[in-house]
Amino acid sequence: MKTGNTLLGRTGNANSSMQHRPRNMSSNTLLHRTRSMNSNTLLLVITIVLFFVMYAAGCLIYADKGFAHVQTFLNLFITNAGLICVPCGMTCVMLTGGIDISVGSLVAMDCMILAYGMGVKGHSCLSQLILVLVVGIVFGFVQGFLVGYLQIQPFIVTMAGLFFARGMTAVICTDQISITQFSNPAYYAMANAKIFLPRFLGYTNSKGKLQIPFIRPTVLIALAVVIVIFFVLKYTRFGRNLYAVGGSQVSAAMMGLDVKSTKLKAYVLSSFLCSIGGICYSLNTTPGSVQQAKGFEMDAIASAVIGGTLLTGGVGNVIGSLFGVLTTGTITTLVTTNGKLLSSWANIATAALLCFFIILQSIFAYVKNRNK
Amino acid sequence: MSSLKRLVKKKLFLPIFCMILVLLINLLKSPTFFSIAINNGVLYGRLIDILNRGSEIAILAVGQTLVVAVSAGTDISVGSVMSLSGCFCCMLLAGYGVNSATTLAMPMIVGMLGGVLMGALCGAFNGALVAKLKIQPMVATLILFTAARAIGLLLCDNQITYIRYEPYKYLGNFLPGVPIPTPIFITIAVILVVSILLKKTALGMYIQAVGINGRAARISGINSDVICFVCYVICGVCAGIAGVVASSRIYSADSNNIGLNFELDAILAVALGGNSLAGGKFNLPGSIIGAYTIQAITTTLLAMGVSTDQAPVVKAIIVVIIVIVQAPTFKAWLETRSARRLAAETAGAGEEASE
Repeated sequence: MKTGNTLLGRTGNANSSMQHRPRNMSSNTLLHRTRSMNSNTLLLVITIVLFFVMYAAGCLIYADKGFAHVQTFLNLFITNAGLICVPCGMTCVMLTGGIDISVGSLVAMDCMILAYGMGVKGHSCLSQLILVLVVGIVFGFVQGFLVGYLQIQPFIVTMAGLFFARGMTAVICTDQISITQFSNPAYYAMANAKIFLPRFLGYTNSKGKLQIPFIRPTVLIALAVVIVIFFVLKYTRFGRNLYAVGGSQVSAAMMGLDVKSTKLKAYVLSSFLCSIGGICYSLNTTPGSVQQAKGFEMDAIASAVIGGTLLTGGVGNVIGSLFGVLTTGTITTLVTTNGKLLSSWANIATAALLCFFIILQSIFAYVKNRNK
Repeated sequence: MSSLKRLVKKKLFLPIFCMILVLLINLLKSPTFFSIAINNGVLYGRLIDILNRGSEIAILAVGQTLVVAVSAGTDISVGSVMSLSGCFCCMLLAGYGVNSATTLAMPMIVGMLGGVLMGALCGAFNGALVAKLKIQPMVATLILFTAARAIGLLLCDNQITYIRYEPYKYLGNFLPGVPIPTPIFITIAVILVVSILLKKTALGMYIQAVGINGRAARISGINSDVICFVCYVICGVCAGIAGVVASSRIYSADSNNIGLNFELDAILAVALGGNSLAGGKFNLPGSIIGAYTIQAITTTLLAMGVSTDQAPVVKAIIVVIIVIVQAPTFKAWLETRSARRLAAETAGAGEEASE
């Protein structure tokens, strides 16, 4: 009897310890997902609320420095246009349980191709834009093939991609190139185009001149990307496949989904969006240089994580990633508006926020497992 | 043929093969590659340079191997932690806000230990997140990856702190009267301590057990959380040591440049050493050879006149080739091919025999 009890006790322990495993390949994936939806929506809501609270706090504290102006809010989108596109692709890859750390280098390579093609070689604007998009697709295809079909760890593959793209940037040109008005007027006009918002949103500055808030075309591109990817993830077969593959690869394969090609497509999409992001980035900061967009990949991952995407895959949303980017952007704006703080405080604040969200996710996962 | 196959199957085959390949290419390129000369009482030569410059990567690779083995994830914060440790060490020695110090604020050894301790602290932070809160290693270490360098910059009051004190340079350069660079000794010491720890205690076995199947390890009575935590602390200590060495090399704390991209090199060394990044069994000698191979590649490229910015292209191609060769899918494909050929041959032989 006694031995029987201890045996039972042990089995019980084993069971409970099994339940605490985060990557629990449970057979009831569907149930798992419907339950996890709630806590993940909560995470998304927390991110959005945090963003607005942070922004409102900024408006109150730095009201005299023009933080409350509409233009400051729009600048958040303008400066982060490139960074908004990239986490959308990153989210798709992370949904499959992978990761793409090559994005920063790819953005740098795209910028360099654009700058070299137009600034030095004098090619037309359209041909270079198409070239960049094609490069993105090919780059993503190679990475996706290695990850999906040869089943190599995504981290290693995309790390090689990171090295390759950064190195190629230097191979194309080691100097800093800028695209001037003379070398490519069309591109220059596109980079400096302003789309004005209605007049009543403007304010009168100290010189008595009316300032009308404006956005740049890149903002429209970035927002279009977010909306398209949102609908792709929500309503298309491909989007649902991404969630299924990330939720449980084995179940997805058993359901008859083509796991390999889904992964391949995710990486192609990521690199393609990354190229669009690269174009936006290049439009914002016309020069191309080797050291450009360093650490972009970590910004993108941090934004996605703050937005509620899990690195284990299967859970995430591009809206969350958008707010992740805006939140980190707000931190940077707050630090620069202050003027006295060192720029490294922005990094530390972002890391603290990241830490907060990661622990929050972990607590939610723990509670969920306990309730089961 | 069979002996060749057995050789290829050996664990250390890939790292050693790569190393020999790189050295051979070097030898063909410049016959003076292996020459070692003594100038001003210290050793000079490409080989010494590789051993010297590869020290930090080798030290990091030791810690990284354990982390990869135990948690099937990578610690991407090591480069940043290196920078933080170096800065903390220099800040302790020079005092806060001092740009250039000729006299030390405290004994040198205390400052250096402080730097290493800072690394251990960072490792403990990572370890707590991974082991206790069950956060994926890459995400957990992403926090310090972002923050550590920035904290280092704050510690040094946003400037480069110089320690113009002769003995401080010993650690990263040469001890007076010793012709061999000091970092080599430090690397050997780190490797020795860790391998004794792994061999003489059950730690090595526990790490493998936790890495292969954490659940099974827990059921059989291993406290897998503690094992995981210890591995991250060891990795942090390694990063701390590497950081102090790197800062001693340039006798200053350059927060923005110490350990830049070293995390990638360290992970690459682990992969090159024949370790699976999916955790479980590990191979410490392989990682160390992998680390020196990477340094050899870097040194070779620089010697060939490839710029520092362009060198990553070659590194990337090498990584891709290695991972493709190592990929189980690729191996399976090769095996089915050779099996098919074998079947065809035996069938052919059978037909001949019957005729």
